[in-house]
Amino acid sequence: MTLPLGKRPPLLTMSHIEKTFGTDIVALKDMNLTVNEGDFVSLLGPSGCGKSTALRLIADLTHPTRGRIEWQGGQGKDDLGIVFQEPTLMPWATVAQNVWLPFRLKGQGFGSVKGKIDEALSLVGLDNFANAYPRELSGGMKMRVSIARSMVTRPRLILMDEPFAALDEITRFKLNNDLLELKEAVGCTVIFVTHSVFESVFLSDRIIVMAARPGRVIHELEVDTPYPRHEEFRTSNEYAAHTRAASDALHDAMGEAA
Amino acid sequence: MTATDTGTTAPIIDAEEAERARRDKINRIAKWTLPSLVMALTLLAWHLYVTLNEIPHYVLPGPLLVGSSVVEDWSILWPAMLTTSRLTILALILAILGGVALAVAFTQSKWAEMSFFPYAVILQVTPVVAIAPLLQIYVESAFVAALLCAWIVAFFPILSNTTIGLKSADHNLQDLFSIYGATRWQRLRLLAAPSALPFFLGGLKIAGGLALIGAVVAEFVIGRAGTGLGLASTLLEASYRFNFGRLYAALILISAMGVAIFAVTSLISHLMLRKWHESALKRDA
Ligand SMILES: Nc1ncnc2c1ncn2[C@@H]1O[C@H](COP(=O)(O)OP(=O)(O)O)[C@@H](O)[C@H]1O
Ligand SMILES: [Mg+2]
Repeated sequence: MTLPLGKRPPLLTMSHIEKTFGTDIVALKDMNLTVNEGDFVSLLGPSGCGKSTALRLIADLTHPTRGRIEWQGGQGKDDLGIVFQEPTLMPWATVAQNVWLPFRLKGQGFGSVKGKIDEALSLVGLDNFANAYPRELSGGMKMRVSIARSMVTRPRLILMDEPFAALDEITRFKLNNDLLELKEAVGCTVIFVTHSVFESVFLSDRIIVMAARPGRVIHELEVDTPYPRHEEFRTSNEYAAHTRAASDALHDAMGEAA
Repeated sequence: MTATDTGTTAPIIDAEEAERARRDKINRIAKWTLPSLVMALTLLAWHLYVTLNEIPHYVLPGPLLVGSSVVEDWSILWPAMLTTSRLTILALILAILGGVALAVAFTQSKWAEMSFFPYAVILQVTPVVAIAPLLQIYVESAFVAALLCAWIVAFFPILSNTTIGLKSADHNLQDLFSIYGATRWQRLRLLAAPSALPFFLGGLKIAGGLALIGAVVAEFVIGRAGTGLGLASTLLEASYRFNFGRLYAALILISAMGVAIFAVTSLISHLMLRKWHESALKRDA
């Protein structure tokens, strides 16, 4: 079970992170962030504020120009899953083969992990699509496969970079609901990039608001509504209040950028 | 309401649906009958033109003469066709092996690419007709010399397409492979190679046609030394003897070989991609 906010042990700490591209593009400037075990952290901000860059730094896909990222508790960057804005599936492989990939790259045969693959597919509601090819699926279903792949190894941390931004609102709401259930079931930490205030309030218990040029953190909000959160949460007064606060913070971020 | 209302009986066809079905059927039939009709009319026009104007057969033989040449000269044409086929297919196989191996080397090491790519281009842009006589001098066997010619022409599209294909893998997928600590070999086998497949197959279709062109050119240039026995040298020889029936018969067989190569490479491409690639998707018009 997830501990309450403030009692969770730290998972990773970014301190004084700076990332410059070329000589003059400052994607991130002095970013400090501690992510705790069990957090659902949203990085909220206008496009170009360095959200994707922050995720790529955490995933060790790129290195900071300055500053350090430290992993606590003796585990590190090897134990993570990632979901991109596009489903990023291999079109030549079936759904099950796509979900197998993380294991396959670690040298584990399909047969030895079939149970885990089936379980992941059933968690995202795609039990009957194991042998389908990605092109036979809708956008939302492809995204579900991508999510199944990110959690099939049961990583401690999952990074998500605007995974639902390209989907229609109905599908997005459905996936938001399901994602919360999945997180509970898997018991992982999530860092979720979004530019939607509504999505960040509904999903996360911490919202990090970022501003652009240069990319930096300017506010941090807490959404203390306990999980499980259901569809009713979207129409509650609490939700409205949190949305207003997050919107104000985002306006602040946009104002500072201009 | 009873169950029969919802289609347990024969499906109800409205006028529009019937019209659409009729159009589909006509299209299906026309796809084969129209080209056949064009062919028949062309042959007829050719025949009439030759007979009515009394064109001598050493200027333009009629279709009947060409047809009978195919039959009568079959004992000459068939072995010649085998020789040309062997040349073409062998050149194509070597082009695939060489092109793919070099493409893999290029993408695995940028030093290899920097060092050798310019020479691959030079090999490609130098007209093969200009190289053939040299090969004939330096290479003892006429068959090997001709093979080299055909190979040089055929291998470049495979090399360049496969190289682009190997580099075309989705960037996010590449990042995913990095996150899961994929080895070089895993990247090549599980990501780069499947991404390259459609590009390679596109190159294969072009290379198939070029291998035949290379073989024909090589036979023209090298076969004249009296060693070549392929279709192209047969064609050339027939032209020296004003045997235009045989000349046209050889031409038609070469053309048929080209069509066969195209059909086979297209089929291979379709079979390998039909499960997942956009190009093999069937769509409603
Ligand atoms: N590989 C790169 N090369 C140059 N500039 C980059 C690169 N990646 C990101 N940037 C720049 O860094 C800034 C932050 O980008 P990004 O992290 O993608 O923002 P976000 O995800 O918040 O939209 C942008 O100005 C972007 O143009
Ligand atoms: Mg981004």
